[in-house]
Amino acid sequence: MPAIDRKLLRDFRRLWAQALAIALVLACGVAILLTAFGMYRALDDTRSAYYERNRFGDVFASARRAPESLLREIGDIPGVLAVEARVTGDAILDMPGRAETAVGRILSLPEARAPRLNIPILRAGRLPESPSEVAVNQTFALANGFQPGDVIEANLGGRKRPLTITGTVLSPEFIYTIGPGALMPDNRTFGILWMRRDAVAAAFDMGGAFNDVSLSLDARTPPGPVIEALDDLLDPYGGLGAFGRDKQLSNSFVDAEITQLRSMAMILPPVFFGISAFLVAMVMGRIVALERSQIGLLKALGYSNAEICLHYLMLAGLIAVLGIGIGWTAGTWMARVMAQLYAQFFDFPFLIFRVELWVYAVSAAVALLTATLGALRSALRAALLPPAIAMQPPAPPRFRQTLLDRAMAAARLSQPTVMILRSVTRWPGRSALTSLGVALAVAAVMTSTFMSDALDRVIDAAFFQSNRQDAMLIFSHDLPLSALEDVARLPGVRQVEGQQYHSAILRNAQYEKRVPIEARLPGADLSRVLSRQGAPLDAPPGGILLAERLAAQLHLAPGDTVEVAFLSGDRGTYRMHVSGVVQQYFGLGAYTDLAYLNGLFRQSPRISVANVTLDGTEIDALHAAIAAIPNLTGTVMMSSTRRSFRETIQQNVVVMTGVYMMIAVLITVGVAYNGARVQLSERARELASLRILGFSRAQVSYVLVGETMLLALLAQPLGWALGRLFTEAMVRGFSSDLYALPLVLNTAAYTRASLVVLAAALGSVLLVRRRLDRLDLVAVMKTRE
Amino acid sequence: MTARRDTVFRTRDVGKVYETGGGQVHALSGVNLDLYAGEFAVLLGPSGSGKSTLLNILGGLDRATSGRVWFRETELTGMNDRGLTRYRRDHVGFVFQFYNLVPSLTARENVQLVTDVARDPMPPDEALALVGLGPRADHFPSEMSGGEQQRVAIARAIAKRPEILLCDEPTGALDSQTGIQVLEALREINDRFGTTTVVITHNAEIRKMAHRVIRFQDGSIGEVTENATRIAPSEIAW
Repeated sequence: MPAIDRKLLRDFRRLWAQALAIALVLACGVAILLTAFGMYRALDDTRSAYYERNRFGDVFASARRAPESLLREIGDIPGVLAVEARVTGDAILDMPGRAETAVGRILSLPEARAPRLNIPILRAGRLPESPSEVAVNQTFALANGFQPGDVIEANLGGRKRPLTITGTVLSPEFIYTIGPGALMPDNRTFGILWMRRDAVAAAFDMGGAFNDVSLSLDARTPPGPVIEALDDLLDPYGGLGAFGRDKQLSNSFVDAEITQLRSMAMILPPVFFGISAFLVAMVMGRIVALERSQIGLLKALGYSNAEICLHYLMLAGLIAVLGIGIGWTAGTWMARVMAQLYAQFFDFPFLIFRVELWVYAVSAAVALLTATLGALRSALRAALLPPAIAMQPPAPPRFRQTLLDRAMAAARLSQPTVMILRSVTRWPGRSALTSLGVALAVAAVMTSTFMSDALDRVIDAAFFQSNRQDAMLIFSHDLPLSALEDVARLPGVRQVEGQQYHSAILRNAQYEKRVPIEARLPGADLSRVLSRQGAPLDAPPGGILLAERLAAQLHLAPGDTVEVAFLSGDRGTYRMHVSGVVQQYFGLGAYTDLAYLNGLFRQSPRISVANVTLDGTEIDALHAAIAAIPNLTGTVMMSSTRRSFRETIQQNVVVMTGVYMMIAVLITVGVAYNGARVQLSERARELASLRILGFSRAQVSYVLVGETMLLALLAQPLGWALGRLFTEAMVRGFSSDLYALPLVLNTAAYTRASLVVLAAALGSVLLVRRRLDRLDLVAVMKTRE
Repeated sequence: MTARRDTVFRTRDVGKVYETGGGQVHALSGVNLDLYAGEFAVLLGPSGSGKSTLLNILGGLDRATSGRVWFRETELTGMNDRGLTRYRRDHVGFVFQFYNLVPSLTARENVQLVTDVARDPMPPDEALALVGLGPRADHFPSEMSGGEQQRVAIARAIAKRPEILLCDEPTGALDSQTGIQVLEALREINDRFGTTTVVITHNAEIRKMAHRVIRFQDGSIGEVTENATRIAPSEIAW
């Protein structure tokens, strides 16, 4: 091995602690890039392949009841390639060996042919062949321990019927499966049932008709015009508004995840690479300064500028290689954890949750580039240093009298304090970047603790302030108000309140949005909507309350008027005034007064949902009774929703908080440790001189520790500001039509972030301080610099 | 030495001006000097008299501000950076006052730094043997005395079989005994390989071992004397 390369390896070994501190920060960037970008690609590719293979529809619609003869007209819409009509409906399922009921969404399978679109994949058993057979989605079967041959009882159109499970399937329509009214997937209590069409049609009285249709389009046709044409065709038959893939529930959850991964891949890694580049620049700058005479020597020996430049770039390259190694290992592990998390939420038939090799290559290339850019200035300086000058000791850094010096003199500061302040002001760029690094660490801690605070707020708002009912009973169609009295007589029911649900399109000028509208009785106590201040709100007659994000999307504020085109009820279009905005973290809701709506539709008072509170001891009796109620299509047990939400969130938050904390500590250590090491190296003579002059170890340590901690302290306000920006960005990035996070930053969050980072900074600088004790005073004074 | 000597270096009206914060410093002005093949020349003079500046210019480490410098038929003053690097690599060996060894490399590896890039080098161990350090080849600089370190530096300088050896205060950091060892090594190289050797020193006694002595004063050459007889390094009174 050439001697110059041996020098490289020995230098690298000597610098291992500093190299490691930088490599760890770089590794964060590599790992996050690998995980976020790799997973984003994997998820996107997996989904595309799945959709392609199983012919996932491009446009979807449902209607109350449309004749099959309409299908020809639908097929004639320009650009439509295939049409698949189905009959669907929800049913309460009586689960064998369990008191708690479940809700099944029943989908018809075409007779005598395979489905053209949304083709289910058989995972076990076979598809149903007789009217009393069903295939169920795999996760539902797994969660409930079903095997082909097991029997469940379904309340179909008011009649209880035993259904034999013949097989388990997966479907591109249900990558993410969430039941009506639920906030999180719960595979125990919500399942998809595929049944022969004749059986479903008979159960829901849909002979010769359909209520659900999917279309596929050719690649050149945009969905917009097809959606409009389909709406026009379905309108007379109670069309509920057609929508494209982007609004399909399962797909939009996958979309939300992909968007989050992509924004994570775009935002976080550059921060880490930026810090790494700065650290490399700082350390390489110092190394080149220290090796000044060696550089001169190499030149005197006949090494070219390019060879010398390369020598120092390779040193940075070795740091990058270390970082890449750690980053790849951590990233591969993180990707595996992520894949397990996805396996829990998303149901794909095949797993391409493998980070592609080229993503590894890209992350390594970026890391190498980062280190090279960081080292470039120093390497070029080494290359361009005139040899004759390099052989001479460097000129002492120039200090000048500034206003600060006069202020320091006036303040009669001690000499060590003056040394600290001069050093900070003499290298303002370095000081600023050190502070910036520490500030980023503060921001990272804030981001981590923010998540758990925000989710606490979400849980409190969603489950303890807004949705206070123990269960929701969902009816197949609107019932007279008197149905509430029947509900009140069910075993265990203590309180009952009714609501009516409708589907509508809200329009304001060019903005429009399809949303569910909830019509409520004033003073409802079990299901409340809250203002931003947390006060319960009721919509006055003629008014409508909008979820904050919905109002923002439609560019509406209280006092404005909005056009409401109902897709259910009397399907009329009305104008309502926006009477307020509602703080809401799940979905985009709109709320009106129940009596006002009934008046508008000219109908007797009706409800479609009953909210109840329950006596816990009679739950089993209640479930038994529910399974026998003919018009009931669904129940949501809020206690299980709360539990599954809490469990899932808790687990994710613990992981995320841990990851962010670790990241913050790594950044702090990287910045503070390297800063202190460089300082010690620059000041070894100075500090040794102080010791020789009779300063104590503590006094000398003060100079070293003081500068780093001063910069760390100065970084705090910036860190808080950055933390706020980051959390705001996260709130924006996280926000979709499906859910939103509140921006919760309390004093404790700021304090905690500062304490964690200051402690990490102090720890790192104290590690360096130990070297002061080992300082050989005589040797240091002899070293020529 | 005869009158018709083979000239290695020629300088004509060489000047060097440094810009400093406080103004210009004239390190060299109007230096005319010829150095001959195989000679052992000593440059004498007080600090700041311009000796090192001239040595650096001859060695291709620095450029003259004015005037011209030739190495044999090649003009150094017109050369670009790449040319000077090539020139140093192929022709010049340097020895410095503070040895300038790479601390992370052993004696052999320090020599190898040169043999890795030179055209026709001798094996590193041979170079070390020439300065009497064969047994110390695997030691790091921190494990050697100042004299040993300087001899490693000499081994490193001669390993490429240079035509010229430029030594800036090679004994400046050494005591008399080790200083003499170093001078003996230089004399040995000069005698054995006919390497043109230029030595800068503060120590006027060292002049007695030279063929020629060139005295510097305030950036120019004051006086050039030839020694009729040379003494051995061991005879030098330190």
